[in-house]
Amino acid sequence: MILFLILAFLSVVFSLLVVTQRNVVHSAMALAATLFIIAVLFLTLDAPMLGVLQILIYAGAIMILILFVIMLLNPMSVEARPAAWWTLGSLGAGALFLQLAGLLHRPAVFAEAAVPASFGGPESIAQSLFTDFALPFEVASVLLLVAIIGAVVLAQRQR
Amino acid sequence: MTQAPLEYYLVLSAVLFAIGVAGVVIRRDVIVILMSIELMLNAVNLTFIAFSRFLGSVEGQVIVFFVMTVAAAEAVVGLAIMISVFRFRQTLDPRDMQLLKW
Amino acid sequence: MMLDLAIVAAKAFLVLFMVLNLAGVLGWVERKGSALIQDRIGANRASVFGFAGLGLVNTLLADPIKMLTKEDFIPAHGDRLLHTLAPCLALFPALVTFAVIPFGDVLVVGGREINLQVANLNIGILYIFAMASLSVYGIVIGAWASNNKFSLLGGVRGAAQMVSYEIAMGLSVIGIIMVYGTLEPQAMVRAQGELLWGWLPAWGVVRQPLAFLLFFTAAVAETKRLPFDAPEGESEIVAGYHVEYSGGKFLMFFAGEFAEVVTAAGLVTTLFFGGWQVPYLLRDGFHFPWGGALPLAPLAVTILQVAAFTIKALFFCWLQIILRWTLPRFRYDQIMRLGWKMLLPAALVNLFLTAVWIVVRRPA
Repeated sequence: MILFLILAFLSVVFSLLVVTQRNVVHSAMALAATLFIIAVLFLTLDAPMLGVLQILIYAGAIMILILFVIMLLNPMSVEARPAAWWTLGSLGAGALFLQLAGLLHRPAVFAEAAVPASFGGPESIAQSLFTDFALPFEVASVLLLVAIIGAVVLAQRQR
Repeated sequence: MTQAPLEYYLVLSAVLFAIGVAGVVIRRDVIVILMSIELMLNAVNLTFIAFSRFLGSVEGQVIVFFVMTVAAAEAVVGLAIMISVFRFRQTLDPRDMQLLKW
Repeated sequence: MMLDLAIVAAKAFLVLFMVLNLAGVLGWVERKGSALIQDRIGANRASVFGFAGLGLVNTLLADPIKMLTKEDFIPAHGDRLLHTLAPCLALFPALVTFAVIPFGDVLVVGGREINLQVANLNIGILYIFAMASLSVYGIVIGAWASNNKFSLLGGVRGAAQMVSYEIAMGLSVIGIIMVYGTLEPQAMVRAQGELLWGWLPAWGVVRQPLAFLLFFTAAVAETKRLPFDAPEGESEIVAGYHVEYSGGKFLMFFAGEFAEVVTAAGLVTTLFFGGWQVPYLLRDGFHFPWGGALPLAPLAVTILQVAAFTIKALFFCWLQIILRWTLPRFRYDQIMRLGWKMLLPAALVNLFLTAVWIVVRRPA
């Protein structure tokens, strides 16, 4: 419980840093930290495989890619920050949060289901993935192939 | 140690999602917008995993697996588009990328 | 509960202690080893009252004191926070990866079996790859925060190289995972104690020789040591991504690099060379295939196994150092071509062949 509160506080702090930092690289590092903390949250929720995959894919590959692009593009412009825009946006986000959190005050409370020790381990996920979800799995691999080819074609220099 | 109740995880997800939405709406830098989108996707992942744990079904985690895959593909293509546009416009301000707007 | 925590803490402390010290010793071994290879004397000026202690004075006193007392600066217009953060990000993954590498079987103390591995995760190998993927951050952030074109060049090279070879590394390990049927390193090492045809220990290198070559190459490329030295490129881009680092921060990069060497050696030993397995040694003594047996006390067995792991890991550390001073540096496009056009297809072919082999030989 204490662990959850610490992790939750840290993740909210880092995600606020993502949205508010002027320096894009600082934003990216804050996002990497947020993703790492969310991976630890996955671990507390008995999802070790997905926690490690989160670090491997999100924090270890996608964020590196974003940092790469930031370094290569080297954006030097400093964006203007009109106060009205920011207040309106923050209020809108606050309203969205209240709307979402309001949905939670319902009498149906889920108690923790009893799960076997191998819940969320590689065997259970693989079992589900390769039997019930075999077709989406294949479709996902084709999607990744399409994304790779598309990215290579898009980022090519015009000849 | 005791496990935090489900509502706590859902409220945390809602907070992260709202912060992501704020990032997309407020910021004027497409890279930060893309990062805020990733933040929103992660908030949703957290919701799925929390429900998967509390309902005892591993399918929630399989869905998160697919969400991660799609998010990776989307980030890659989004960044490639960004690089292409930056080559022409030399700016990352989304207001300068409105040529197709009516 | 508290005793469990204390045992884990003791194991973690022991592993960190050994890895960091070995990183320091390897620095000196590199200097003296390279001197031997290059037919010169090497560093021999550090001594206390004429006592040079076989280089221990150099390693434990002279080098650290020198590094820590140098001026620590942040380059002009460089990013203060990121410049200080980068060495920490570089050192952290190299150290924590050792948490899942088993350095012994079990230690029986007072009727209690202690698994000689800091953390027995059910996703062991994936944890190692997750931490390895985090090690790119130190390079990228260090390069960016230095506000230096050479630094940026080295960082971009380094990041691209590390990401490319992570793929080859991961794919080559999948063959080992399929053969041993588990992701946990301790279970893998235990499975390597089986005997093939009654006399040959089923080590990873015996069952997956191609995977060993691919993995070792990819691991050396990940550590960014020669011959894959393009990100540092001492003669081209003036130390690449850590050109603007001095003093304690450079010590962290330096120690991180040697810790990665130790980790790569530990990984190769665990996955491909039987980890702590001594051929024909079971928990109660030697059982030779020709029928002889040599009973040993459990403590002696444990000591032998830990010693075996240490010797094998040290061998691979030494091999990497020899490799560095023997081979010339690859050109950057050669490194990329090797990673994508040679190692990746070879790993895929290995994967396919292993799968076919397993399916064909599966008992009906």
